[in-house]
Amino acid sequence: MERTRLYYEAQGFDRPYQWASFQDVPFSIPHKTVADSRLALITTGARYHRQMTDPRFVDSGDIHAPPDCLFGDDLAWDKDETHLDDLGSYLPIQVLEEFVQSGALGGLASRFHCLPTEYSQRRTKEHDAPEILKRCLEDGADLALLIPL
Amino acid sequence: MVLGSAIDIIEYCGVPRFHFVDFPLGNPCGKPFDLSMQREIVSDALELFETAKAAKTVVYDTHEWGNDTWRSRYMQINPEDRERLRKAGENRRLERQRMRDEGQVRTV
Repeated sequence: MERTRLYYEAQGFDRPYQWASFQDVPFSIPHKTVADSRLALITTGARYHRQMTDPRFVDSGDIHAPPDCLFGDDLAWDKDETHLDDLGSYLPIQVLEEFVQSGALGGLASRFHCLPTEYSQRRTKEHDAPEILKRCLEDGADLALLIPL
Repeated sequence: MVLGSAIDIIEYCGVPRFHFVDFPLGNPCGKPFDLSMQREIVSDALELFETAKAAKTVVYDTHEWGNDTWRSRYMQINPEDRERLRKAGENRRLERQRMRDEGQVRTV
């Protein structure tokens, strides 16, 4: 976190980045086993190329027709060490479909969701997260797995 | 549940369940094109849905990336980078302002 703070500071941003922090974190024990549950997948990657300054929006894709890879040029991840060429390394649809076939996982929700990372915590809490929850419930998901890049 | 890296940020935030993979940011489900590793990591992560008994439960994945060079290199700022970073920030702010002026912003 300190390194990120210094990185933004070096770019001349006068307001330091504020990470969200919660003392009280919601928790519930699932009523079903994983083998009987439908799982929704959520990523911070995007289905289309974005410039650093483009507005970001909640987006969803068909889990049964996934793209070869997602886009994340506008996000902070280790672009020197690795790449996003293999979808399975950050959105493991193929592996999860294998688990469904073997019976280890009950099923996959019909859509995966792209959560925009926002500087505005209000936007995430009051708009984007509720919108993603709504879509997960529409798809009958029992569990949600968020995999940030 | 969160499956990811950047443990300091995710613990600071606080999440119900966190399967932590100590990899460079970008591939928390396993090394690219290593399907076997991806199967193991995702399978281990799913267990947390059934084993976690309280919020903020963190499990450390045991898979290794294979080198440690990325740890010190990520977002490292060398003296010769400062001018480039300053200009990049300035361009970003100017572009944001242009987009705001043209109404290309989120309204919610």
